[in-house]
Amino acid sequence: MEEKNKTPLYKKHVELNANIVDFANYRMPMQYSSIFKETKAVRNSAGLFDVSHMGEIEVSGDNATEFINCLVTFDISKIKDFQAKYTVMLNERGGIIDDLLIYKLEEKYLIVVNASNQKKDFDWIKKHENGGVEVQNVSENYFQIALQGPLSEKIIKRIVKNDPSDLKFYHSKKENILDIPVLLSRTGYTGEDGFEVYGKSSEAEKIWDRIMKEGKQYDISPCGLGARDLLRLEMGYCLYGNDITAETTPLEANLSWVVSLDKKNFIGKDVLLKQKEEGVKRKLVGILVPGKRIPRHGNRILIKQEEVGIITSGNYSPNMGSSIALGYISKPYDKVGTKVEIEIRNTATEGEIIKLPFWKHGTVKKTSLEKKQSG
Amino acid sequence: MEIKIPKDLLYTEDHEWARKENGEITEGITDFAQAELQDIVFIELPEVGQEVVQGDSIATIEAVKTVTDLYAAVSGKIVKVNKELEKKPELINKDPYDTGWIVKIKVSDPAELETLLVPSEYKKVIQEE
Repeated sequence: MEEKNKTPLYKKHVELNANIVDFANYRMPMQYSSIFKETKAVRNSAGLFDVSHMGEIEVSGDNATEFINCLVTFDISKIKDFQAKYTVMLNERGGIIDDLLIYKLEEKYLIVVNASNQKKDFDWIKKHENGGVEVQNVSENYFQIALQGPLSEKIIKRIVKNDPSDLKFYHSKKENILDIPVLLSRTGYTGEDGFEVYGKSSEAEKIWDRIMKEGKQYDISPCGLGARDLLRLEMGYCLYGNDITAETTPLEANLSWVVSLDKKNFIGKDVLLKQKEEGVKRKLVGILVPGKRIPRHGNRILIKQEEVGIITSGNYSPNMGSSIALGYISKPYDKVGTKVEIEIRNTATEGEIIKLPFWKHGTVKKTSLEKKQSG
Repeated sequence: MEIKIPKDLLYTEDHEWARKENGEITEGITDFAQAELQDIVFIELPEVGQEVVQGDSIATIEAVKTVTDLYAAVSGKIVKVNKELEKKPELINKDPYDTGWIVKIKVSDPAELETLLVPSEYKKVIQEE
């Protein structure tokens, strides 16, 4: 059997008696106590996630900006130092190779990719490499910890040198925790205010312990992949492999906000332009399914017994008190308010297309709104 | 995580447990099963009075990670269901062998009890998974 990778925090998960599962070739914590409890901790106070399984690719060199701009949909020449941008990388058919977070860090770009796509992404980027850039897979060098929840700022404030309250959403800065240099980023995948901390793998345990210790008074909870998946679904965020794949385009997946069609060129652009002109045939939508029957990936979406779409993610949301799902549905059935049926174990279960996000009280919105208001 | 396998119960390969009491069994899912399923959100219970055959699907358990059926450990008549689970399905996670019990079946063929697994045999089943 192939040896599974372990993150630098693996020992912590074992100490905390986590239920450990195989995920993207890593031994990762699914949950420590209960997925629901951990989900609620993030919505109400704070949760700490080990996301060191995520891949990191560095791109540097004189032509780095131009080079990355050919590979991703957003125009990254628009982002400033220490700003981060969520975007996607496409194949020639306009299908999504991966969704990624790109940081501009003075002399280089740091691209954070899905664990399961690490090698695929690196190979793709390398394949297109031309003069004037250097591309390195530095995934093993970095730990990544996500502190998420409305009380995150209070916790992080106590352990970093400079007040982080002016750090805007999707911005980052160099910081020190216990005199260990880290990259502190106001980002996350939960819909709540929060920070992601990147640093040298060998320092991961010290940083984890420091945050857990200071978070105790704020009811911090270690959180596993189960809570992470549920939290992102409550926000309608896409999960690669489920909601977005090499067969879906960003226009179908409601990701046109990360696509700069006015940019000179990028792989997949011609396909997107054509799709925009002709109109997409299907859309990713949010479906509220009252009750506790859970729609699952692959369940059919029906209207009057006719198949009109397919569920890509589904779960029960304890915060909403209802089941929720994402799925692709053919036009023109994608409108908010449309009543559908989902075939769950041969039983048609009623649902309704609703406007995303499902969870509308996420604290992250306030931050981005403030950002908009302040220009 | 330490999986509990009480010594005084019988088991199935599908991760049900059964407790013998005066010609009836109380049935539920094992600690291993609840840990695999994670947070249980919903259970569809059978009707009291229903006649079942060993191996029949008698309840559906909807959990965060997946959905699973509860199979009758023995043939017989369902004499009681744990109504408390309709309001508190999480009892199965918290206390799978006691307050998280699911059904009671009046055993029609006591010989079927011999086909169930003893704790040491069940332990082997979960070690192989």
